[in-house]
Amino acid sequence: MSQRTQRTVETVVGMEVHVQLKTRTKLFCSCETRFGDVPNSHVCPVCLGMPGVLPVMNREAYRLAVMTALALGCRLAPRTKWDRKHYYYPDLPKNYQISQYDMPLAEHGQLEIETPGGGRKTIRILRVHLEEDAGKLTHPEGDGNSSEVDLNRTGTPLMEIVSQPDLRSVDEVRAYCTGLRQLVTYLGVSEANMQMGHMRFEPNINLHVTEDGRTFATPIVELKNLNSFRAVERAVAFEERRQLDEWDERRVTLEEAGKTTRGWNDDTGETFVQREKEEAHDYRYFPEPDLVVVEPEAAWVDGLRAGLPELPLAKKDRFVRDFGLSEYDAGVLTATAEIAEYYETVVAATDLPKPAANWVTQGLMREVHERGIEINSAGDFPVVPQRLAELVRAVEGGGISKQAGDRVLKGMIETGRAPAEIIEAEGLAQTSDTAELEKWIKDAIAANPGPAADYRAGKKKALGRIMGHIMKSSRGKANPRVVTEMLEKRLAE
Amino acid sequence: MADLPDLTATEMLAALERGETTSRQLVAASLERIDALDGRVRAFLSTRGDDALAEAEAVDRRRAAGEAVGPLAGIPVAVKDNLCTADGAPTTCASRMLADFRAPYDAAVVSALRDAGAVIVGKTNLDEFAMGSSTENSAFEPTRNPWDLDRVPGGSSGGSAAAVAARMVPLALGSDTGGSIRQPASLCGVVGLKPTYGRVSRYGLVAFASSLDQIGPLARTAEDAALLLQTVAGHDPRDATSVDRAVPDYAAAVREADVAGLKVGVPREFFGRGLDAEVERLVRAAVQAYEDAGATVSEVSLPHSAYAVEAYYLVATAEASSNLARYDGAHYGHRSADHQDMIDMYCRSRAEGFGPEVKRRIMLGTFALSSGYYDAYYLKALKVRRLIKQDFDAAFARVDCIMGPACPTAAFRLGEKTDDPLSMYLLDIYTTSANLATIPGVSVPCGFTPGGLPVGLQIMSDVFTEHRLLALASVLQRTTDAHRRLPPLLGDGDGGKGATP
Repeated sequence: MSQRTQRTVETVVGMEVHVQLKTRTKLFCSCETRFGDVPNSHVCPVCLGMPGVLPVMNREAYRLAVMTALALGCRLAPRTKWDRKHYYYPDLPKNYQISQYDMPLAEHGQLEIETPGGGRKTIRILRVHLEEDAGKLTHPEGDGNSSEVDLNRTGTPLMEIVSQPDLRSVDEVRAYCTGLRQLVTYLGVSEANMQMGHMRFEPNINLHVTEDGRTFATPIVELKNLNSFRAVERAVAFEERRQLDEWDERRVTLEEAGKTTRGWNDDTGETFVQREKEEAHDYRYFPEPDLVVVEPEAAWVDGLRAGLPELPLAKKDRFVRDFGLSEYDAGVLTATAEIAEYYETVVAATDLPKPAANWVTQGLMREVHERGIEINSAGDFPVVPQRLAELVRAVEGGGISKQAGDRVLKGMIETGRAPAEIIEAEGLAQTSDTAELEKWIKDAIAANPGPAADYRAGKKKALGRIMGHIMKSSRGKANPRVVTEMLEKRLAE
Repeated sequence: MADLPDLTATEMLAALERGETTSRQLVAASLERIDALDGRVRAFLSTRGDDALAEAEAVDRRRAAGEAVGPLAGIPVAVKDNLCTADGAPTTCASRMLADFRAPYDAAVVSALRDAGAVIVGKTNLDEFAMGSSTENSAFEPTRNPWDLDRVPGGSSGGSAAAVAARMVPLALGSDTGGSIRQPASLCGVVGLKPTYGRVSRYGLVAFASSLDQIGPLARTAEDAALLLQTVAGHDPRDATSVDRAVPDYAAAVREADVAGLKVGVPREFFGRGLDAEVERLVRAAVQAYEDAGATVSEVSLPHSAYAVEAYYLVATAEASSNLARYDGAHYGHRSADHQDMIDMYCRSRAEGFGPEVKRRIMLGTFALSSGYYDAYYLKALKVRRLIKQDFDAAFARVDCIMGPACPTAAFRLGEKTDDPLSMYLLDIYTTSANLATIPGVSVPCGFTPGGLPVGLQIMSDVFTEHRLLALASVLQRTTDAHRRLPPLLGDGDGGKGATP
């Protein structure tokens, strides 16, 4: 018992993340990067690894990787080269993968993440490099003796981003993964579609167990090929528990056992020991002689750096600072570059940042989520930001009520019409016509004798019930400010 | 006019221009000579009889119609069988592994030949995957030296060299990783040039050692070699290592060849132990001929050339072990009929598909790249490679070219060295340096041994100075008649000794 009371356990995680880059063609040939088509329909002699053919680097893939490296604040290698990584597997037709071993295109960067308590933490990035993807093997059911190979994916450009082991909890791991996804989508370097496997995560995890002042490191486990945030969280959480149990049972340290590889079974929610690939122990890396050393020109790099967009957290901070938004709203409005751009367009057209934020995060987001679409400024999105700005102005300027505004927004999404048209057609413009208002007030008091009596008895809150009735019967046309004044006067009589 | 196949390509083109012959006649004569002699020489692994004739006729029609034709229009050529051709002919690399492989693409040089109007009559034998120095490592059959059928033609481009020497074709393409064009050229008495690395696209050349492989011409004259190199040299976006640099007018360089003021370096390391005395005598006489013609000759030193063979056999085998990993029976090529599982399929397919020399080199290279040995072997070899390059840089700061033997001996007998791979590797002693240093080199016939075997002079110069090598080779050819001699196979039946027509 006494040994447990002195114990602290720290989780230590470093991430290797593969991001599929958004290029039209593969990394070393001109085949299209398209998936879901007929197997082996996007292949050529180069990605099939036929005799005598040669790889040629896709400059666009290199550009996208360099952009990412710059956004991560990495030091760009003045010279970067390609290496061959050897292993025999039918999804790898050359039996070597073209990757980058000892001269990655960039090193030593960082990604700032948001920690659960609302703070920030800097996670160091060890390296960023490019490599080609392998194909896909499928094993037809009921046939233990054969496999089918689809090489459409072979040669697809992957960017591998490796972090230092700076993550200390499942929450931090999640924040890192989502932060990275947000970054690559902001940069437009990847579609980062999780369902399509555009991002694959490989956490390296172990525990630092301190008992009576002595710290032990448990063996490092590399979890292979997790392709959803949820799988990463569950797998890391499972490993935390498993490694602690194993430590209690066997007390094997990192020095004794080194590093092992485990897979993740999403159905059972457990990790399992994975059989290593053939010859996994010696990839026999050596410089790829078919490709030349890449030396990025300074002016080209400067141009890319200058063209980097504002990054997510910087944008969020600016929204809080310049627009007076809450951390929460700023986070929602910077979730994607599209939402942020949309919001800023509305702000620019209204100069009403807070009401604009409310209309985007509440009305608009709710409506579009219900319809399964995403906010963006593209032409096919039903509410262009300029139209939403018109609506915000109408409500804030007192032209229509908030309630009427909600109806107008629904109408805008459904019909694509301008707010003014809908207000006109549905007669939603607020009225201050005293005669009309008097009638609504009289009816409302008659219909709510209880609240009216309560108000007169000093319960000021009771006014809300009567106001609600008026807004309803006027279908939002009654100007609330004018009505309140008149109602208070009438009840005081 | 001489028999059609005895013409050089330049003479053939002139005859075609004058209307004295047709491409069909040239190609038919080439095929006839192959028919007549190749049962004994075995230079070709496949020929394209009817297809080649049809192409020749098409060229003749265009010429007759006054249409523009390419610079090699109608000329029969041969290509080494490690160059991919999409014309339905197999590309075997003289290996069981690719015995039935038909490439769906033309190598860049093959496309260039077709664009120039050349007619590919067949594909020539080689050491399996170009690994060897005698063409005895062909999985199908050894090629014989036309000067003495009991002897090897050298290798690995032995088929191309023998085909040109036996005047089956005036032009052939070979590939040179450590001497595989220059050494057989020397042993067969023809001109063979290895260009600067990057001068000729490697796209479609089945890779042996990617950082060393270059494709180059074999011909009877420097003039013809210039014609062929002109056709295949130049930048190709499909080969990242091909260099985007203007290609000089090689024919003009040959026409204007002059040695006045030329500084020739003779490396003392190239005249040491193991060099056959007769070869040395002929090579020194050739150097003397340049001096007589006005060149200045001085001794130079290439101190690290002593390690060239060792460095070469590490770099080349390391790259080969990687390049040949793809031949596993999974996607194409030989697959063992009998296997238990995937790994067993890999093992058996490779065991059955590769010959002993290829296996030896794959094992050597795999070892050299293995973790724990990489630094001591592969990395060290790369350092030696840099030192060798520096040796040449230093030499070329003083001299315009380097002259020496291409091979320590004249052609040896079949089987003489097959049991001793190391003695075979040492035949590359004078040629591997140029590949390691990426510089061009040419072997030009400089005479015959008393036994009637040809010997080649090797000339090397700085990167992208192939025009100089061709010019210098042509100068020697003006002073000797070595290239005009007929091999006994074609001669007047003097029983195997060299004969003059």
